[in-house]
Amino acid sequence: MGKRVGMEVAIASAEAAALCKFDVAAVYPITPQSHVAEHLSDIVNDGRVDASFITVESEHSALSAAMGASATGARVVTATSSQGLLYMHEVLPITSAMRLPIVMLIANRAISGPINIWNDHSDIMPQRDTGWISFFADNGQEVVDMTIQAFKVAEHREVMLPVNVNMDGFQLTHMVEPIIMPDQGEVDRFLPEYVPYATLHPDRPVSMGTLAMPEIYAEAQKAKNVAIVNSKKIILEVWKEWEKLFGRRYEPIQAYRTKDADVALVTMGSMGETAEIAVEELRKQGVKAGLLKIKLWRPFPFAELRKAVQGIRVLAVTDRACSFGGPGGPVFSEIRSALYEEPVRPAIVNYIIGLGGRDVQVEDFMEMVRQAARGKLSEPYVFYGVRG
Amino acid sequence: MTTVKKYTKSVVENFDLYAPKLVSKEEFFNAGHRACQGCGEALAIRLMCKALGKDTVITNATGCMEVISSLYPTTAWTLPWIHVAFPNAAAVASGVEAGLRALRRKGKIADRRVKSVAIGGDGGTMDIGFQALSGAMERGHDMLYVCFDNEAYMNTGIQRSSGTPFLASTTTAPAGKKIPGNQVWKKNLAEIMVQHNLPYVATASPSYPLDFMNKVKKARRVKGPSYIHCLVTCPTGWRSASETCIKLGRLALETGIFPLYEVENGVYKLTVEIPEKRRPVEDYLKLQGRFRHLTPDQMPVIQARVDLEFKKLQNKIDHSVSWV
Amino acid sequence: MTEKKWPETWQEVNPGCMVFRPGSSREYHTGSWRAKRPLWDNAKCIKCGVCYIYCPEGCVTEDADGFFEANLDYCKGCGICAHECWPGAIKMVNEEE
Repeated sequence: MGKRVGMEVAIASAEAAALCKFDVAAVYPITPQSHVAEHLSDIVNDGRVDASFITVESEHSALSAAMGASATGARVVTATSSQGLLYMHEVLPITSAMRLPIVMLIANRAISGPINIWNDHSDIMPQRDTGWISFFADNGQEVVDMTIQAFKVAEHREVMLPVNVNMDGFQLTHMVEPIIMPDQGEVDRFLPEYVPYATLHPDRPVSMGTLAMPEIYAEAQKAKNVAIVNSKKIILEVWKEWEKLFGRRYEPIQAYRTKDADVALVTMGSMGETAEIAVEELRKQGVKAGLLKIKLWRPFPFAELRKAVQGIRVLAVTDRACSFGGPGGPVFSEIRSALYEEPVRPAIVNYIIGLGGRDVQVEDFMEMVRQAARGKLSEPYVFYGVRG
Repeated sequence: MTTVKKYTKSVVENFDLYAPKLVSKEEFFNAGHRACQGCGEALAIRLMCKALGKDTVITNATGCMEVISSLYPTTAWTLPWIHVAFPNAAAVASGVEAGLRALRRKGKIADRRVKSVAIGGDGGTMDIGFQALSGAMERGHDMLYVCFDNEAYMNTGIQRSSGTPFLASTTTAPAGKKIPGNQVWKKNLAEIMVQHNLPYVATASPSYPLDFMNKVKKARRVKGPSYIHCLVTCPTGWRSASETCIKLGRLALETGIFPLYEVENGVYKLTVEIPEKRRPVEDYLKLQGRFRHLTPDQMPVIQARVDLEFKKLQNKIDHSVSWV
Repeated sequence: MTEKKWPETWQEVNPGCMVFRPGSSREYHTGSWRAKRPLWDNAKCIKCGVCYIYCPEGCVTEDADGFFEANLDYCKGCGICAHECWPGAIKMVNEEE
């Protein structure tokens, strides 16, 4: 039976990985992920998990070493943030192309420049096209649950893709939250032993990472896309099983009071909890507000989104990153694209909020809903709360 | 001029002559690979694999050897092999080592030693791969790194690397009207590796195949990190005749430009005898088109530096002390 | 592994473009590259095996009598064997074709 504890979320994420009995961890520290790296090494050096911890000399080497270990058939975990994620970017699409089921814990942090160590989503947004499955956690419980789910999804023979679990830097990682930690028996029943598709071993020699000439490269890329699109089916199955075993429900898009909502906020990550309170306050004032919280970012849940927005007049999409010179916030542009073909669709406005750790309060979300009710803002996308 | 005319010693005096027949006939690096005619690196890899045996996992950096050997859907390799990217062969190989070690310890794979070996060119090792190499080597993984140094980024078109020798012409440091080729001296990566406290470091050449294979076998036995720096001829990049591949390696040794030595726990030892009176550097340089622009006044500069480096090495051979 | 026709469909491509057929490079005959081929004069050959060890293709093999020859499916005609042969038993001759 799981135990309810008060635990720092970063530590809890490492504990969740430990419950999954990883074989190898290759991690390079970076604020605000460092506690994840440190606690993973505590777990290994105390012998609580029989694993190898590689103190790599950079993030690029962290994911590279993780790939090498995963290719031998080991269950591998890594973690990073911001600049570290950007530094290892070269290796991300290779990991998914080579179908290695690595789990990466990301403590989302703003990217330079200017340099800023606090929370936003500008580090994960440039990784959209890399073919990794992406979960976004709202709170510490979700971080723990999603970490364990990630291994099961990644290693599933019909998926075989790496998964990253996103938790807001400082706003989640450094918070002590009440979390029900599953016990080892429960996790062992949920997560089977990893049976790799192919491994690097002389008993059955394979060549991995071969050269693909133009005549075959496109086919390889289509195959990879089909794999990640089809992985949604497995993710939903895993989430259904999780609900049965642990009683906690996960959906690609979690709706909060949207049944009769006029304006709905859309959030991703921990700000969703603040937005929930804002929706409650607005409802008390008679405003028909609602909230959609995105938990599954990749593969993008098109069907679930289209269903979730039915009946809503205006969507106020909040983004914690900006695609400079582009269509505004990434989440906004993807939602707009997803709904383009729908005969009936809501008006969509975009607020870029919470950059570089800027706090977004309940009153801010309430103000956004009031402005969004007009159906259109002064600009296609608005940097909310920026002075000047 | 073929080799036969150079050898006046009686055949019987050279015990090494018949040893090739004793080498395993198994080919782990198969024909059908797309290396150039007379590629020294392909030969070196073929020999290295024979010395390593089948209980090996190869991690290959991006470069000539990776590209010519692994055209999907075929592969020249009968060893387990992985290629990820250009700068990270050492990092991936350290992960392979950690994975194999953890899985063997936990009883998830067969209980026998499988060696992780990383290979890369001078680009993937000395330049873009330098960080990963230094990190992997200093962490003490049970792995071998072999650098196949053909002294330029050959696969992308013969561009200058930190392994390019002084005054060599490459496509990014060409012998131009104003600047005559590479303006700095070659980086000595073997020495840098010794400073990483590695139990075993060696220089090698496929021109001395038994010496090379013995070094690979020795490195394989080391329970920790080891490094071999192998000079290999690239007839395309060096603008040399394809059949002189072996001869050039021999001349590199006989001139003292590339001595073959090993360093075991800090103790330096020459493994192939160099003639007391070393051959002039010109004998080696004149056979390569990448040096054809050299003027008579530049030759003594190169000769002086080669003499100095050889003296420094000789000093280490005479005075080095073991650190165990 | 069933034989797949080349070029493969996206459904047929191996996951990760992995190759499960070790040594399959042998399907490609590099012998078509050469302009010259090596010819052994067994009268001069001392059966030392130097030609076998120095071939970058690994295509020089020993026959039942201990003499050597190049597998012409793969020999690229680089000339290393002829150049290194101690008794000068190997000669490079032009390809007839």
